[in-house]
Amino acid sequence: MLDQTGAQAPVLEAANISKSFGSVPVLFSLSMDLRPGEVHALIGENGAGKSTFMKVLAGFHQPTKGRIKLDGREIALPPNGEAEALGVVLIHQELNLAEQMTVEENVFLGREMSRFGVLDRVSMRRAVQRYLDQVGLSISPTDRVSDLSMAEKQMVEIVKAISRDARVLIMDEPTAVLTEVETQMFFDQVNQLKARGVSIMFVSHKLAEVEAIADRITVLRDGHWITTATATDLTTESMAQLMVGRELSDLYPPMNEVDVDAPAVLKVDDLTAPGCDGISFSLRKGEILGFSGLVGSGRSALFQALVGLNPSTAGQITYNGQSFRPTSVAKARDAGIVYLTKDRKEKGLLLGQQMAPNLTLLALSKFSGPLGVDRKAEGAAMTRATRRFDIRAKTNETLVGNLSGGNQQKLLLAKVMEADPQVLIVDEPTRGIDVGTKQQIYHFLAALALEGVSIVVISSEMPEIIGMSHRVVVMREGKIAGTLSGDEISEQEIMRYAAGLKNGSEA
Amino acid sequence: MSEAQADSGGARHGFRIDIKSVGPMIALLLLCILGYVLNPAFASEGNLTNILTRSAFIGIIAVGATFVITAGGIDLSVGSMAAVISGVMIITMNSAIDTFGPGLTTVLLGCGCSIILGLGAGMINGLLTTKGKIEAFIVTLGTMGIFRSLVTYFADGGTLALDFGIRSVYRPVYYGDFLGLPIPIWVFICVALVGWFLLNRTTFGRYCTAIGSNEGVAKYSAVNVDRIKTMTYVIQGLCVSLATIIYVPRLGSASASTGVLWELEAIAAVIIGGTVLKGGYGRIGGTVIGALILTTIGNILNLTDLVSNYLNGTMQGLIIIIAVWLQRGPWQKPASSQT
Repeated sequence: MLDQTGAQAPVLEAANISKSFGSVPVLFSLSMDLRPGEVHALIGENGAGKSTFMKVLAGFHQPTKGRIKLDGREIALPPNGEAEALGVVLIHQELNLAEQMTVEENVFLGREMSRFGVLDRVSMRRAVQRYLDQVGLSISPTDRVSDLSMAEKQMVEIVKAISRDARVLIMDEPTAVLTEVETQMFFDQVNQLKARGVSIMFVSHKLAEVEAIADRITVLRDGHWITTATATDLTTESMAQLMVGRELSDLYPPMNEVDVDAPAVLKVDDLTAPGCDGISFSLRKGEILGFSGLVGSGRSALFQALVGLNPSTAGQITYNGQSFRPTSVAKARDAGIVYLTKDRKEKGLLLGQQMAPNLTLLALSKFSGPLGVDRKAEGAAMTRATRRFDIRAKTNETLVGNLSGGNQQKLLLAKVMEADPQVLIVDEPTRGIDVGTKQQIYHFLAALALEGVSIVVISSEMPEIIGMSHRVVVMREGKIAGTLSGDEISEQEIMRYAAGLKNGSEA
Repeated sequence: MSEAQADSGGARHGFRIDIKSVGPMIALLLLCILGYVLNPAFASEGNLTNILTRSAFIGIIAVGATFVITAGGIDLSVGSMAAVISGVMIITMNSAIDTFGPGLTTVLLGCGCSIILGLGAGMINGLLTTKGKIEAFIVTLGTMGIFRSLVTYFADGGTLALDFGIRSVYRPVYYGDFLGLPIPIWVFICVALVGWFLLNRTTFGRYCTAIGSNEGVAKYSAVNVDRIKTMTYVIQGLCVSLATIIYVPRLGSASASTGVLWELEAIAAVIIGGTVLKGGYGRIGGTVIGALILTTIGNILNLTDLVSNYLNGTMQGLIIIIAVWLQRGPWQKPASSQT
């Protein structure tokens, strides 16, 4: 990336920002600046203070110490998103759209155009259409937001920001839920905005993307500023090292080959269910089978049918040599097949509850005796899981919603492991968590496979699929496009199948 | 960052739970002191027993409602359900006299009939909500109207009266004592204890809480969501039938005005007790206290002429609003600071 922004005065400047919540310091004297038309990435492990820092920069938190300058003038940013009026817009990770309203209504929410006291829908629609054309988004202003894909929703947020003449756009993990294709589309928008002089600051855990799109990169660790560097001076490797503060060897554990005579634990023939069609594959004992493909290619749908979340309409499943019909999640669980959802906040964990009830929910019957649920056994299980999965919470009474993403994910993994699975299906096991926790999860899964548990890894992150899997199944439009093993497993090869350039063998 | 916040969040929650469990108790105590100061007769044994007996109806129904609400549902039909069950019980017993005479068999037949109707009505509410995928509010609003008009129809617009022969046999169920306490209080105690155990100590209770917190998570955690939710309505129906069984001998009649607004009193008792209306957190102990608070208010108004007895509803309404305001009161910071 060219650095054409070097000489210009910064739009937004933070000097020695400190922030404490109560008596707990979170940010320690951070300084950084954002230049016009620059893309500035903010990276760091979970809990490094990125989100807090962004909220300070957008006025959602007031700094305990330090100054913020906008256009060179010192300013106290107004709270609750009122900084939007000054051109500083924060786009939250959980998008802030009214799902049941249309695109047009969302874009103009709170500052509707009106004529003679009546909403001027024609003008608003025209204006929104103009913005949509600008960003090259092929949706209509009258589309309902709930009908849009994640990427489109993200774009609507950006359109909303542009329509408010945003000069500084701050985004919290904008690509976390996007597929590779959608991410590319998103990057095109970012480049367009950049060309128009908009400054963009974003948080991402995907270092390859940071390398591809950012002009400059600021690294935070434990609330401290570590460095700000031009992107060309950093590699993904050095970024990861700066974030963690130590040598990051062996993100992926060494691959252990599966026994040649290991029996097939699970065999699926011609399975058809909502979202997938005629799927056949087999899974051997102790094997890690990767499932790749674009979001919506039917990977999750397939395995949701396999664990009884959705009914399958045709096909044959053989499990441990016997015919198996997953009619309910409970039945799949009892048989030893469990599914770790990719949506830990909506489908995985009860955020308003403590950790123990979450841990035991899937396998609760195991903890139930004649006198009801055995709370002592639950406590013991919690202690075990905390140690085994390195779950870090101040107390056991901590609400799950207050844990960091990485600790939530480890708790979720601990939860499905309580069911003692023989077949463990993990769907996006490391979404939105930091690199240190990722490493822990990879090593845990590999150790589990070595013990003889068969694992299916569904992931949109190619390095993860390639680094973990013995074989890789690529799905496309609800069908298996191809199966790769050994040296065939490469990013290019997977992409070819996923994009439909190649079609081939079955697993 | 996250750990520090996690800590403060945890502490804050602990504090809130405390308020939730102790608050209603303190409110009840203050009410009792107020009642005694206004009229010392409030603390007489007869009056206290009277309060407990009267709160038994609403209390038993409210224990059932605690399950429904904890699992994220609502049942508006309980008052009408009590009315129609009373009506059918009376009709059944009156017509059974010809065969079995005015004896225990007839009463038992009426009680059996009540329980079957309660379970059935609850099952209908539950299945329409889960299998029929209609919002609980709509389903039970519908059945509320249906049950209410049925009892009016059965009574032909008037009153169904229990045969005097049976009344004397059945009477002890409301007016009788066991170990010094009236029967309705015993029933109330038993229902509350069983309810507490079910909600707090069994997988069923845990599943109710999980469903009320997040149905998606429950479904992905191998919880049979439809069955558990239906069960909560069946339990509610059973509670209504038990309350009806001890209510019928009190007046010995049923009419279109039987059990009017009981659904609101039951829901109020549940909410005053600290159960969260949108589900995910339920307290049987709180519900019992909530029911006692509602009855005590009415009793105090009866005993004193400070406020007109006709303002009973006003006082109850105020208490409900204040109770909920205290629960999510000003000391709770907005959720946005937690992210």
